[in-house]
Order: sequence, then structure tokens, then C-alpha cells
Amino acid sequence: MRWFWIDRFTEFACGSHAVAVKGVSLSEDHMHDHMLGYPIMPNSLVTEGMAQAGGLLVSETYSFSELVVLGKIAKAEFFTCVRNGDQLTYRVKIEWVRGDGAAVKATAHVGDKLHAEALLFYARLDEETDGLFGTRLFRPRDLRHWLSLVGVFEVGLKADGTPMQESDYPLEECAAEV
Amino acid sequence: MPSEEEIFEKVREALVDALGVDDDEVTATATLQGDLDAESIDFLDIVFRLEKAFDIKIERGELFPEDILTNADYVQDGKVNEAGIVKLRERMPFADLTKFEAEPVVQNLGQQLTVKDMVNFVAYKLAA
Repeated sequence: MRWFWIDRFTEFACGSHAVAVKGVSLSEDHMHDHMLGYPIMPNSLVTEGMAQAGGLLVSETYSFSELVVLGKIAKAEFFTCVRNGDQLTYRVKIEWVRGDGAAVKATAHVGDKLHAEALLFYARLDEETDGLFGTRLFRPRDLRHWLSLVGVFEVGLKADGTPMQESDYPLEECAAEV
Repeated sequence: MPSEEEIFEKVREALVDALGVDDDEVTATATLQGDLDAESIDFLDIVFRLEKAFDIKIERGELFPEDILTNADYVQDGKVNEAGIVKLRERMPFADLTKFEAEPVVQNLGQQLTVKDMVNFVAYKLAA
């Protein structure tokens, strides 16, 4: 199983906001034991979904060229239970962005019902800090693959309203990294 | 321009929200990392809240000049040299660096930043 906690984006407005959806299925491993006889999507994974949607939105503000990691969940509140058969809609909005990080407000709904609210902080790991990890956490082609799977370039719009183009971003594999 | 007490109250509120500490823990002499357990990512949260609370813009490195602390011209054997101290005084006129100057180990700077330094920083920004 891959660590993908959004299925696809339905909106992706660069530098502003995004909407992503995730269908919750009984075939997912975590639903088997959480809880026995009464499957509930764990709220930690709902948070991960919001964080992934927000993280890709923030990463775009740095042209998908540098690593962005979830640094802090400043707030997370949950109001209901998410069951198998539900579809989660994640809405993320960039509240604040700076050279070294960003803040995102996120919500998760099932239908019209608010399930979760969160305030998330992301840290940008640039060339200076990247070296602390010794090796890159993932490669540009892996990021490109993920962006493609979740439909970012199908629905994404740049700040001027024109469609995002994959070729606008440095997602090609460098020869040295192959 | 708000009074020092008004600034302190807003700084306290920002620190309570960002660090999950109690009101009475946020005293003027409390250190952010030592007493209030702030981690590096918390500084982004704190800056975010200060910008909103005071309608100011805080650039990277303005509150905590990490570029000086990672510059080989200013740091030797893990300690900030004379030139580095001069640079820090220029960049951090809001902070009381007396204690740091006595033992200028790089890691000490963050450890010694106090709530009072934050209040002074905001007052310095508002006066600019």
C-alpha cells in the first residue's frame, strides 16, 4: 500500500487554495481493525489527507523544486465519525507563506457535514537544510508521478487563471540522480 | 503605538496559542526554548501569530539571524567570534545579548531568547 491519502484534486488554485477528495473503502487495511465490527477512518489519517493536500499546494509556491514537510499540527478538531462508503472532501487554504515555511487552514467534510478543522505548518527545506538529511527524501520523478496521479495538472490553475503546465516546473530527473 | 503592557499581553496570547502553555508560564524572563519548550518549527507558528496580532511583516532571519550563526566568517569552533557578536548586536538590537556574549556558543542564542526579547522585538518593529 502506498502512502496516498488523497485520491484526486478537484480544484488547485496556485498560491491560494485547493480541494481534494478521498473515497473511504472497507478494503483499506486500517478499516479492518479500527474499530472491530464498527469501521471508522482514523482521524490521524484524515489529518494526513489534509496535510498532503496542503503540502502539495504549499510545495507549488516553491515551484515543486524544494522539499516541503509537515512541521506542526497547531490545531486539529474532529466532530463526527467517517465510515466506509463516505467520501471525504478536503479544502485547504494558504493562510501565510514565507521563505522558510507556510501555514494552511484545512477542513474535511463528508457531504455537507463538517468533520475536521486544522491549522497546519509546513517547513521548507532548501539547499542549506536539505543537507541535514544526508540524502533526498524523494526524487523529482516521484513527485511528478504523485502530482499526475492526483490530477494536479488536470485541474490546476495558475494565479493568472491559465492552466498549470507540467513543463513549467523542474520535475525532470537530473542525469546525476538516476 | 501600543504600550509595552499591551504588547506583552498580545505576545503572551500568541505564545499560549502557539506553544500550548499556560498564561502564568509566560513571564517576561521565561526563555522560549528553555522554559516554554519551543522547538524550531514553533518559531514559524509564533511569527505567524505575531504578524497577525500586530499587522507587521517579519522576514526570515529577522527575529533569529541564523545566517550569521551558520557563517564561517562569524563562527569558529562552535562559538561566535568578535565580528559575529558585532553583527548580532546590529541585527538584534531588541535582544539582551549580555549573557550570550559571556559564553557565545551558537546553540546558546536560541536557548537564551526570552519573552521580554520578543516584546522588545515587536516594539522595535512597530517603531520602524
